[in-house]
Amino acid sequence: MYPKELNYTKTHEWVKETEEFITVGITSFAVEELSDIVYVELRPEGEKVKKGSSLGTLESVKAVSDIYSPVSGEIREFNSKLQNQPELLNKDPYGEGWVIRLTPVERQELKGLMNAEEYEKFVEEEKGN
Amino acid sequence: MEELLLTPLHGEHLKLKARMIPFDGFDMPVQYTSILEEHFAIREKAGIFDVSHMGEIELRGKDALSFTDYLVPNSVMNMQNGDIKYSPLCYPHGGQVDDIFIYKIEDDFVLLVVNASPDYSIKDFNWISQNRGIFDVEISNKSSDYGEVAVQGPISEKLMGLLVKLEGGIPLKKLNRFKSSYGELLGKKILISRTGYTGEDGFEIFSDAEDIVYIWNVVLSEGKKFGIKPCGLGARDTTRFEVCYWLYGNDIDETINPLETGQGWTIKFDKGNFIGKEALLQIKREGISRKLVGLYVATGGIPRHKMDVKKDGKTIGYITSGNYCPSLKKVYAMAILNVPYTEKGTKVDIIIRNRDVKAEVVDMPFVKPVSKR
Repeated sequence: MYPKELNYTKTHEWVKETEEFITVGITSFAVEELSDIVYVELRPEGEKVKKGSSLGTLESVKAVSDIYSPVSGEIREFNSKLQNQPELLNKDPYGEGWVIRLTPVERQELKGLMNAEEYEKFVEEEKGN
Repeated sequence: MEELLLTPLHGEHLKLKARMIPFDGFDMPVQYTSILEEHFAIREKAGIFDVSHMGEIELRGKDALSFTDYLVPNSVMNMQNGDIKYSPLCYPHGGQVDDIFIYKIEDDFVLLVVNASPDYSIKDFNWISQNRGIFDVEISNKSSDYGEVAVQGPISEKLMGLLVKLEGGIPLKKLNRFKSSYGELLGKKILISRTGYTGEDGFEIFSDAEDIVYIWNVVLSEGKKFGIKPCGLGARDTTRFEVCYWLYGNDIDETINPLETGQGWTIKFDKGNFIGKEALLQIKREGISRKLVGLYVATGGIPRHKMDVKKDGKTIGYITSGNYCPSLKKVYAMAILNVPYTEKGTKVDIIIRNRDVKAEVVDMPFVKPVSKR
């Protein structure tokens, strides 16, 4: 149920690697947990981030959540559409609802990510708790 | 942690796969599908809420009316059978125990509908009981005996008109805002009132706790063709927030008096004595020092309860409620601010996650209710 071509963090981001950059979004599970996302604020382009630091804030009617960087690097681009259409996160979290693109400095850091199958198991465990 | 109470509709919420949260001591649905979807169902068609967590306190006896009149700042003695009034319930110092709805059923029977609190509204019940004095009145906490649902939205009258027969054969459309009547909903005895907390036309329906599951399911299935949706606390909050109806515990509490919030119209100083009268008179004479205002937040996040509000780095108050208003697609807040900063157009800063977020004092309500309180 989670796209096979993506990798996943324990904080429910998805990561897509390409040669030049990586794209980060939040998983359908995270979207569901947050429910309707109505406000998105992201760190500016050009800013340097460390692995695990916040890339921005997502707010729903009832909750606030951070999106965390899976890797150290530089913010190359953020999805500016999300500012006026935060609902894209709910409608299409793996496509139009992508969040941020990063130029990684340490690709090694991406090695610990889960694949789709592992992430699905992880989510089942989280739900059980 | 104390065990959560369940309303008689709890099983229905689970069947509908609602997301449940603890609220005022109850395990309640916050949403069934999506808060935004439910919000727009209420604004455009209709929504049904389980409000069985609300408390019902019955006052019966010769002094039911005069005792109620002494309990609350609003005037009760002039109420006719079937009339409903909103009122704060004040402490002697003017702060609020709760805000409540007073249903005058008969001369010797008043029903108080109060906010939920742990152990079936025991807080209000204890307060009211402590103040009985020499009044000839029997006070019963019936909160667990009543079931209650709210049907809210523009098609409420059409839908409920098909299902409800009022006592005396009066058509439902003749039931005016802030009036109640006994009646039947497909054979089940109900008390129905034209009231609600969403700013839309709508009804609140009380029944025996055991009948409420039937009523819920009938309204949902008959309402399907009208587009009715079950709605949770999330949409209850966004709808009430847009029209700036106060939420006890957020916008009102024991430290906030009704002169500060815009509830002043409910205080009838020219009637007989009531709890809090002296303190409220003094506050009125001396003038309030802070006031509840609306704030518009263009960008920077959603203000939440208890966030600080500052002007030039100095704290001037705090947020009581803040939210995204789905009908306007904009973010607003309500805040208690020191009076010098409450003029429309005043620019202030809200501290959201250690950052100053700009906001401006604006008129309330943010969305005009269809039927004014």
